Parts: sequence; structure tokens; C-alpha cells
Amino acid sequence: MSVLRLEDVSIRYITGDFKDIGLKDFVLQKLRGNYRVREFWADRHISFTLERGDMLGIIGTNGAGKSTLLKAVAGIMEPTEGKVTRRGTIAALLELGSGFDGDLTVRENTYLRGAMLGYTRKFMDEAYGRIIEFAELEEFQDRPFKQLSSGMKSRLAFSVASLVQPDILILDEVLSVGDGAFRKKSEEKMREIIAGGAATILVSHSLPQVREMCGKILWLHKGERVEFGDDVQGICDRYEAFLEKC
Amino acid sequence: MWQRLKKHQFLFEELVKRDFKKKYKRTVLGMAWSILSPLLTLLVMRLVFTQFFGRDTPHYTTYLFCGNLIFSYFRESSNEGMSCLLGNSKIFSKVNVPKYLFLFSKNVQTLINFGLTLCVFFLFCVIDNITFTWKFIFLLYPIACLVVFSLGIGLILSALFIFFRDIRYLWTVFLRLLSYLSAIFYTIDQYSKMGQYAFYLNPIYVFIRYFRKIVIEATIPTLEFHLLLLFYTAAAFGLGCWMYVKYNHKFLYYV
Repeated sequence: MSVLRLEDVSIRYITGDFKDIGLKDFVLQKLRGNYRVREFWADRHISFTLERGDMLGIIGTNGAGKSTLLKAVAGIMEPTEGKVTRRGTIAALLELGSGFDGDLTVRENTYLRGAMLGYTRKFMDEAYGRIIEFAELEEFQDRPFKQLSSGMKSRLAFSVASLVQPDILILDEVLSVGDGAFRKKSEEKMREIIAGGAATILVSHSLPQVREMCGKILWLHKGERVEFGDDVQGICDRYEAFLEKC
Repeated sequence: MWQRLKKHQFLFEELVKRDFKKKYKRTVLGMAWSILSPLLTLLVMRLVFTQFFGRDTPHYTTYLFCGNLIFSYFRESSNEGMSCLLGNSKIFSKVNVPKYLFLFSKNVQTLINFGLTLCVFFLFCVIDNITFTWKFIFLLYPIACLVVFSLGIGLILSALFIFFRDIRYLWTVFLRLLSYLSAIFYTIDQYSKMGQYAFYLNPIYVFIRYFRKIVIEATIPTLEFHLLLLFYTAAAFGLGCWMYVKYNHKFLYYV
């Protein structure tokens, strides 16, 4: 049974004049007739399935629809058409530092973050020590979060998300953080999670990393699926050739 | 429903903690201020308006306090509630969490302030020679309704605030007008029969009136009165929930 199945998923995105406006501007713009909303398909007819232990790499240029697709997988967005079926728990790391509060201490943030990812208090009490140890932040536990360096912040985010055994783990451009030593450690951790049976989705602009870690590749371009399959090296080669042509 | 609440209980507790810490971090007076501010309003009103209305209104201090108690809770709850969805937009656009939790956690704080002010209110009742009767139990009804009503308004406002950022100013103006229409410091005896009925169109006035009936007049309001409160509460909360369900996945386009 597949852990994650996307069937013909299309997501329509809207942008336009409605952001950051007031009721007054809205009425005025409506009256003048220059209130514009642009709709476009961020993802069009995307289908794939992931089994336990799969590691999928999603590649594509900016605006290819990678992040939007991940949001649909995580349940933050609803697909306009098509269906997303998930089995089990999801831990999504879409942006490091999101959901952290600068004024709270590292300890409080760890708990808050854990709660957001759906862990129980009992689990957090038990895992807290391991999380801090993995993030190498033992001396910073009671410091306000804003005093940490960006590397430390992402280390903490990664540690909280990875110390559970999620069924589906989503990583959007987060493995390229931290210093070399931590990156190595986090990649090892990733392998451990995958070996434990999780299906993982990795979005990365670092092709060498994708080549090395992923077992399946989805190449998106302007919302359309260009290629999908387990011929990792082949697809990456063609993607690189495509990038050079641009 | 209960299962889902149970599941998010931990997140809810952590959010409440966060809101507490953030609110009282930099204020020395902290929580005391939240009680002091309605008391100061009460003091000023008592000094100013006693000349005009206090002479023939029995227990005028309690009369004023009833109005202030309810209105200040409603003001705080709606104002704080308005920004709680936008303020957490960084979270809900990246993590899949139930969005109403932000509003509910913020309201825990407002509710605690209300509880503390309520204690002071009863203290003032003693000083004002109010006789405590068993009928005071009935106050639980308007309080429960008020909490749910304010939550509903908070849901509506926080959703609207995502779409239109000038709602804040409009609401401030609206609140001021509403406070004048809530008979907080005056009595409505001088109005015609129709005029007096018109006051019941204002939910906040109905809440205040309920309080005064129990505390000052020691009478239990009629069944219709209870139903009216229930209607306002259900309407506000229902509309708020409907907006959250309808726009649940659309909010993130606007932030």
C-alpha cells in the first residue's frame, strides 16, 4: 500500500491586487474597474505515488510549482482538482524558522514546534534531551531564540522534525543549512529515517545532493510534470542539460 | 470533535503559554494593569456622571461597573482576536494546524482578565451594599454566552482582517459608537417605549441588562430574554465558524 498518492493534482493559484488592501481601496478599485486578480495553474495534472522507504527528489527552476505541490501534500493547501491520499503522520519542514518565536527561549520553542508537528507532551518530555543534543544547543536552552545564529535555528528545526519517525517527511531546501559537519550528520539522520520506512520528499537546488540521496525524481517545469521515475542520474543529466540551454 | 480537541490539546496549551509570555514580558505591571484599566475607567465615570445620572439611579457604582465589566471584556476580546490570525500567518502558511486555535488561545488570556475583574466587581458589590441572592447563579448564563459570542465576533473579525487591513480602524470607531449605545453610564427610562426596545438590537446592551437585572434588581429575566441572548450568541459564533470553514484554505493567498 502506498504511503502517499497524488492523482491528477492541479492547483490554481491566485495573486493580484487583493493583498494588503483595505476595504476602502477594494471598493475604490472595484468602482474604477482596475481591481485585478490573476489566476494561474501552479501545478497541472501531477500524479505520483510513494512507497515506504522511498526518497523522492523534486527538481525544477524557480516558479516550477515545487513549494505549492509540497503544501498540497502537507495539507496546507487543497488541490483545486485531483486528490491527495496520505497514510500516516506527516512532518513538513517547509521553511526553517517558521513557527518559531524570537522572544521565547530555545526550550519553549522546541515544545511549541513539537506541538505544531503533532507530537504529544509525553513524547516531547522524553525526546527533548535528544533533540537538543542532536542540534548541539545544550548551552543555549534558556536563551531567547532570536539570539541564535541562522545555522543554529535551522539545526533546531531539523532536529525537532527528524527525531520522530514520521511516515512522510517533507523537506523544502532545508538540508543545505548548517556547517559541513552538521550537514553530514543530518544526511545520515535522513538515511536512518528512510531506512526506518518513511517516505521522504526533498526539494533541493543542489543537484549533487539529489543525485546522491534520492531514489526517485520528479522534474517540474511551470507546473507541468516533465519527467518522473527512478532513473535518477538520467533525469538529472537531462535537467542539467536543460539548465545550460536556458 | 472531542478526539480532535484532545489531539490539539498540547498545541493549544503551548500557544496559551506563548501568548502569555509575549504579552506580559515587557510590562512591569503586567496582569495588574489589565484590572487597573477598567477600574480607572470606572473611577472617572463615577466622578463625572454621578452628577447627571447617579442621583436617581440606585446602586449607581454597580450599575456603571456592570456596563464596564462587559464592555471592556468585549472590547479586549474582539480587538485582540482580530489580529490573531494574521499575526500567526507565518505559522499556518507553513504548518498544517487548525487556525481557530490561535484565537482560542488568545481568548484564554482575556477570559482570565475578565475573571479577575469579575472578582473585583463582586467586591464592589459588597461595598455598594448589594444583597447577594441565590439568583447570582444565573450570571453563569450570560457569562457563558458572552464568551462564545465574543469568540464568534473574534472569528469574524480575524477572518475579515486577513482580507481588509483597515477593518481595525473601522472597528475602533464602531466600538466607540457601540459603547455610547450600550447604556453604560445612563439609563434608558427617558426614551419612548419603542426607543427602549430598540436597545435590545444591541447584543452588548442585552448582556449588560441581564447582569443588572440579577445583581441590582434581583430578578430573573424572562425566557424570551434568555432566548434573545442565545440567538445573538449562536448567530455570531455560527457566522464565524462558517467563515473559517469557507476560507480555511484561502487565507494563505492573502497574507
